[in-house]
Amino acid sequence: MNDLKNSVAEMLRNKTINLFIGYGKGTGTRTRALFLTNPEEADKLIFDENCSQNLAVYLLKDEVKSAGKIGFLATNFALRAMMQQASEFQFKDGEIIALHITSEHRLIEFKDFKSIEMHLEQAETGIPAAERADVERIRAMSKQERWDFWMNEFSRCFKCYACRAACPLCYCHRCTTDCNQPQWIPVASHDLGNLNWHLMRAMHLSGRCVNCGDCARACPMDIPLNLLTYCLVDDIQKDFDFVAGMKSNALYALSTFKPDDKEDFIL
Amino acid sequence: MDSLNGTGKIIMAPVRKGKLVELEPVNSSGEIAFDAMLTTQSAKKTTFPRWEKVMEYEQLQKGINPKEVDLDTLPELILFGIRPCDASGFRSLTAIFNWDSADQLYLKKLEKTTIVSFACHTADEYCFCTSVEGGPGNTANSDIQFTRVNDDNFLVEILTEKGQALAASFSGLLSDPAQLPDKMQFLADVPIVFDLKTVTGKATANFEHPTWLQQSYRCIGCGACAYVCPTCACFDIQDEHLIRKGVRLRLWDSCGFSLFTLHTSGHNPREVQSHRWRQRIMHKFSYMPERLNITGCEGCGRCSRACPVDMNIKEHLITIAEL
Repeated sequence: MNDLKNSVAEMLRNKTINLFIGYGKGTGTRTRALFLTNPEEADKLIFDENCSQNLAVYLLKDEVKSAGKIGFLATNFALRAMMQQASEFQFKDGEIIALHITSEHRLIEFKDFKSIEMHLEQAETGIPAAERADVERIRAMSKQERWDFWMNEFSRCFKCYACRAACPLCYCHRCTTDCNQPQWIPVASHDLGNLNWHLMRAMHLSGRCVNCGDCARACPMDIPLNLLTYCLVDDIQKDFDFVAGMKSNALYALSTFKPDDKEDFIL
Repeated sequence: MDSLNGTGKIIMAPVRKGKLVELEPVNSSGEIAFDAMLTTQSAKKTTFPRWEKVMEYEQLQKGINPKEVDLDTLPELILFGIRPCDASGFRSLTAIFNWDSADQLYLKKLEKTTIVSFACHTADEYCFCTSVEGGPGNTANSDIQFTRVNDDNFLVEILTEKGQALAASFSGLLSDPAQLPDKMQFLADVPIVFDLKTVTGKATANFEHPTWLQQSYRCIGCGACAYVCPTCACFDIQDEHLIRKGVRLRLWDSCGFSLFTLHTSGHNPREVQSHRWRQRIMHKFSYMPERLNITGCEGCGRCSRACPVDMNIKEHLITIAEL
């Protein structure tokens, strides 16, 4: 922990970065994102198993980008999100400094994309075991059972868009759902509006989701949205042999043609 | 419950649904989550739901045939087991929905609702009702209030004519003992953490202060806080049209959304999240007190509990008071 605090204080002091995003103590047992501009504040930083929020979501936030040079504490999921954002040209190599604490409590500093890519090659970033079991349970359902399951879960949705706001890959300033000429996705939180929103969001994340699970964590109505996107992560891997967020220059699975693309699921 | 069922009104009470506690129609007391401190959403969903039809229309050969919702067919409701913060929250909604024009849909629904609140014997670290002139035994806007004094008995305060009318249906269960229990000793302890007038004054005087950015850096701009809030009333109107017929809907909206104040010209007076966060606080603690003589916050803490990034409004208000 001291390594982290000293490192961050040092970077802020000599202006390697203008802003550092890390975790701090929140309400009760919660943790929250901290935004430090002052080296003295580095003492507030913490890191433990409760620190799960994917902080890469803030890398593309207006008021963070305008702060200048940014550093942040990245979990493996956040590193993957950062790589996917990089593949989508959201920032250049070397613009962001990522710090990472390994499971052996070692602090690593990534200054460029290459070092992150090499780290991710042997990092544990798959779908967590408990959630894998839930995904299999849903896959084992019949079509009708799966429909009933999701329509029941979506019935609680009130379109707060916390899922969208928490997702590091949902960064479009003008989301498709906000387009009203025409209104592709009904705004209302009735059955159709909720179904359309969640399916559309999942589709827009296929080949981009890094299965961090923040969508489900953010949902105030306790809807297991991560299970929806995890199913897609599986499908994309199977059909396109592609896993999002491993490279900083990956091509989007659904819009890239390769002559040796599998076609057995189309024809 | 049997007596209340006999009135023919729909009884809405807190029910456990997985990790959440929601107001749902009930028929028996066994369904009610009496042990739950608070519902996840506020009681406003009964009079101002997350989506509702305000009118439907049909395109004719010439012109259209609009049909408004028949207010007379709205059901009679009893809100049973909601908390003082919920009951009091309706005052803000009523002030807003009565401001420049009387919103018939909301007002009629409220008119047909009898509010039976239960005083709080527990509170958590998110609650701050006592700092906004509320409290665990606050009876503002309740028609009847129950305070549990032991396993079998409640102190029942019948507060309004509507309450009296409903109490007539279970008058047999009420007794008038010589000495009433002291309500205060059965209420939760909710320490006051800031002075309301100070918060209003400091917020109003510090529009350009860097605190708004510092507080809202972590805000991701979703609508969770506005939607679970008992006093937030902002709404969107959407028309859903299919060939020759359509419906006009009213739905919840949130000032936290980036598009909330986007003009057709492309200009957005609240272009960044810190401006939108500032607005949220100012609306509740400066503009509403100034325009409507009411604070737009009940201190229920739902916003903070629902917030994905732990914004904790109570903490932010203390920060403002200490500016």
